Amino acid sequence: MSTEVRRTSGEEVSRSLPPVAPERVLAGLALAVPVVTMLWVSSYAKLTPAFGGMPFFYWYQITWIPVSAVFTGAAYLLLGRDEKQRKAVRGGDV
Amino acid sequence: MSNHVNVPALVVFVLFFLLVTVLGFLAARWRKADNALHLHEWGLGGRSFGTWVTWFLLGGDLYTAYTFIAVPAAIYGTGAAGFFAVPYTIIAYPLVFLFLPRLWSVARVHGYVTPADFVRGRYGSKALSLAVAVTGILATMPYIALQLVGIQAVLDVLGVGGSGNWFMKDLPLFLAFAVLAAYTYSSGLRAPALIAFVKDTLVYIVITVAVVYLPMKLGGYGHIFDAAATKFSTVSPITHKPTGSMVTGPNAQWAYATLALGSAMALFMYPHTVTGVLAAKSRKTVRRNMALLPAYSLMLGLLALLGFMAIAAGVGKDVKGYNAQLAVPQLFDQLFPGWFTGVAFAAIGIGALVPAAIMSIAAANLFTRNIYKEFLKPNATPEQETKVAKIASLLVKVGALAFVLGMDKQFAINLQLLGGLWILQTLPAVAVGLFTRWFHHWALLAGWAVGMAYGTWQAYGIATPATKHFGGSTTLIPLIGQNGYIGLTAFVLNLLVAAVLTVLFRLARTPQGTDETSPEDYRAEAETPESTPGPVPAMAD
Repeated sequence: MSTEVRRTSGEEVSRSLPPVAPERVLAGLALAVPVVTMLWVSSYAKLTPAFGGMPFFYWYQITWIPVSAVFTGAAYLLLGRDEKQRKAVRGGDV
Repeated sequence: MSNHVNVPALVVFVLFFLLVTVLGFLAARWRKADNALHLHEWGLGGRSFGTWVTWFLLGGDLYTAYTFIAVPAAIYGTGAAGFFAVPYTIIAYPLVFLFLPRLWSVARVHGYVTPADFVRGRYGSKALSLAVAVTGILATMPYIALQLVGIQAVLDVLGVGGSGNWFMKDLPLFLAFAVLAAYTYSSGLRAPALIAFVKDTLVYIVITVAVVYLPMKLGGYGHIFDAAATKFSTVSPITHKPTGSMVTGPNAQWAYATLALGSAMALFMYPHTVTGVLAAKSRKTVRRNMALLPAYSLMLGLLALLGFMAIAAGVGKDVKGYNAQLAVPQLFDQLFPGWFTGVAFAAIGIGALVPAAIMSIAAANLFTRNIYKEFLKPNATPEQETKVAKIASLLVKVGALAFVLGMDKQFAINLQLLGGLWILQTLPAVAVGLFTRWFHHWALLAGWAVGMAYGTWQAYGIATPATKHFGGSTTLIPLIGQNGYIGLTAFVLNLLVAAVLTVLFRLARTPQGTDETSPEDYRAEAETPESTPGPVPAMAD
């Protein structure tokens, strides 16, 4: 399986663009942040500070919905950039 | 329940129902296919949906009528514990962002219509593919039944179909059901895609109005949460424990987190979700939607708060054995003007039709591709496949209807809980399979069987004052000693069994089966030069 990948993508490509590109790492982090934040329940299982009468527990989690969308959006843009770069390198090689 | 019929609400409700019925039939002509007899036309809308259509379709598909009823009902009944639906939907999108684009790509290259198709191609194993297909159908059936339960709750509060003989009582449900079955049969996935526009628009309007208007009538959010806190601090005479709490206590945090994580992992294993994703026209469409779909989660989060509003409004107070599922419909009925209650109920009712249609299509696709074509008629033509799928979609719905009418509603709810933990057991074969073929297909099958058996057995043992078995989805996690989601524990066990057996099978040099996919397939774009637009080569066999 691995020889197949190397053959089709070419030695040159894998040397100029390693699989661990900064864009990919950042995208992975952006995706991990909301997941970890939400699983850390003890960090938000409290009533105060309340906001407009709404206990912390509720407004905090609701606020994280749009925030998580921003993180996922960032991952989308980062991976788009990464793919474009890879395509450009591949195109230049062929 | 209510003996009066809310006439303005009923009129508005019926008008919206007529509108979506017309839309459902017109949908057959929308983006008309070149070859309507192909299964990917009827069953995947021609794989042609762009970002917006996909957004509406998936939103309409994932956030079901039952969600609208059940999430606030859980909040109404137990408080904070029911709010796990919010972290669940937050976690889901980053998680599936990683694997759904890969599933989309490989399905596009090889013409896969169902997750079991992928498993068949990846592992070359009929048995594993059958296990995935059967699990999918089993998990989907009670889910469809619950959509009908959602419609029933609304009809109940509207005051129609509450009394008289069994036929008159269920007549409105029969009608809604017949209409749904007819346009799904004729238009396939295009029908729910088009109706989803109406459903989602209505839902957004209703929720926005509800979270502004209702607190005004109920004396503000502060008062609403105070009323809820008062209710949950009173001790239940039966269990001698408080009925709920405003935040998750220290002993409930594992349960909260594992339920959120496990449900998020299960969400995109459901066949109807996969169907919605595979109908997208490009890989980018799928990824973009993972960032856009949280808009629906925001609505869900706000909607959950309606459970507290129902408490503050005194809905169901002092009613013995009150059915919490009616809390939100009754809240609307009490506080909204009649016509707007109709709009809100139409949102819930149509919100049941969209996912019910997609679920029945997904189950029909599974049956057709992975049971009929695989075992009964291997040389079936695409036309025959489509015909079988259409009939199967009807049978699935009849089954769901019989379920709702013939059995205890609690049974459907229990089964849906089980469905979630069952479908989670297909994750190693499907989602892990998208990244690595390290696991042996027999090991995966054994892991699946162990996960299914363990999860079902554990769930069977949970009793509550209301039911003897299947009374919940959390129990003590072995070794960790905390309460947690059974589905997730079963999943870990499943993965362990699969890993250990894989090592053994490899040592014994057991044949691995053939893999028809190649690494590039998982990154394929729709616009790659080698793939022709429209039907992919594998479909045209």
